[in-house]
Amino acid sequence: MRIECPFCGERDASEFVYRGDAAIKRPDPSASEAAENFFAAVYLRENPAGPHDELWYHAFGCRMWLRVRRNTLTHEILAVNYPGPVAGS
Amino acid sequence: MRYSIFNLVRQGLRGHRGWGPAWRDATPKNCYDIIVIGGGGHGLATAYYLAKVHGVANVAVLEKGWIGSGNAGRNTTIIRSNYLLPGNGPFYEWSMKLWEGLEQELNYNAMVSQRGVLNLCHSDAQRDAFVRRGNAMSLYGADAELLDTAALRRMLPVLDYDNARFPIHGGLLQRRGGTARHDAVVWGYARAASNLGVDIVQNCEVTHFIREAGRIVGVETTRGPIRASRIGMAVAGNSSRVAKLAGLTLPIETHVLQAFVSEAVKPLIPGVVTFGAGHFYVSQSDKGGLVFGGDLDGYNSYAQRGNLPTVEDVCEGAMALMPSLGRVRVLRSWGGVMDMSMDGSPIIDRTPVHGLYLNGGWCYGGFKATPASGWCFAHLLARDESHGVARAYRLDRFATGHLIDEKGTGAQPNLQ
Repeated sequence: MRIECPFCGERDASEFVYRGDAAIKRPDPSASEAAENFFAAVYLRENPAGPHDELWYHAFGCRMWLRVRRNTLTHEILAVNYPGPVAGS
Repeated sequence: MRYSIFNLVRQGLRGHRGWGPAWRDATPKNCYDIIVIGGGGHGLATAYYLAKVHGVANVAVLEKGWIGSGNAGRNTTIIRSNYLLPGNGPFYEWSMKLWEGLEQELNYNAMVSQRGVLNLCHSDAQRDAFVRRGNAMSLYGADAELLDTAALRRMLPVLDYDNARFPIHGGLLQRRGGTARHDAVVWGYARAASNLGVDIVQNCEVTHFIREAGRIVGVETTRGPIRASRIGMAVAGNSSRVAKLAGLTLPIETHVLQAFVSEAVKPLIPGVVTFGAGHFYVSQSDKGGLVFGGDLDGYNSYAQRGNLPTVEDVCEGAMALMPSLGRVRVLRSWGGVMDMSMDGSPIIDRTPVHGLYLNGGWCYGGFKATPASGWCFAHLLARDESHGVARAYRLDRFATGHLIDEKGTGAQPNLQ
């Protein structure tokens, strides 16, 4: 499996660290239902068989976080993006 | 037909033309008392114990492909009960006891071989942890023996005892642990369940759940609708997908775990050996091949195949422990998809949907649990209450904080 890093080009997956489902957002700790929200964020996963948005960290490269869309049935990389707005833009 | 030396001789004299199929490939009926989704070891064991222990024989096992085509045929066949925590120890020890009587119980040769499972330790702290685990095992009724390096050198001269980085300080041995033939476990349970009247339905994929009055009363399948008052899922690897059909989201990620077998070599490793400074374990099959494995690839996957970095990592573990394997060739590698629960321990429980029960989250260790998993899931399905040794495997433990973090090997151990 190779991932096309926007900074470094196509690199072997062994350069990256997997961080899991990119849809998970840290809940608001001051919300009244914070406990339920944190439980869902920490433990519950959609775990789809097919396209999956996930975070990969290019640990042995540019050390940028990447948002990768990958097919979990075939390991095909469908898209690679920055996880959020790029600093300074 | 009962399998015995007498019948073997009789069939031999008749040219082996009298053997019938071991189990019945059933056509599904419209209605059953209980449906078990998943015709792997766990599903078939559940059906067998439902019929045998609880007298519920009006049971269907629905299998998407053919029985044993998933993880039941993709594991490394190890059986053991060397666990520390109270939620795990009695469960796996019950499984071990069922393994010990399995072949007589099923009248089927599952090649259960109690050749010993040895965990190596590489530091004083790890040895202390092994002493503690061994004592815990003794309290649960399992056997545990701490070996020093002199005993290890006699048992396993093949290990590298001069490794400066990972010195071998000793090992924790469970002599009753060992291996079993995984396919034979599937076929043995299928045959025994079928003989008791269980319908084993292959090529029958569940596509929807049928709901009435807020509870699940049946399933739509590729072979038509089938109704039952209770439905159990034993589809580890795909639990999230089947649960989603019922509107449930589970604390599970599906990951690929690779395993390997080498070309056959002369007898080298008497039992199962695990490397304690990395994740590598190995046993030797009766044919001589070294069967080994290690860590997950580490990303969500349903692909049933992994990538090369993990192959390299596992083989590095092998080389650190047994440098003499350097010129042994790997014959095959394959991947299975694991239900990785978030604490690394399984789930055998009701779901919030009435009529639907879950057996999943087996992580690295589903095969050894097969008999007790079937036993406890059958108990749950028949009586609607958890079995005593599986009481900790609750679905809601993640919300209540009662995690069973035996080794902390969930989907992403670094994050838990």
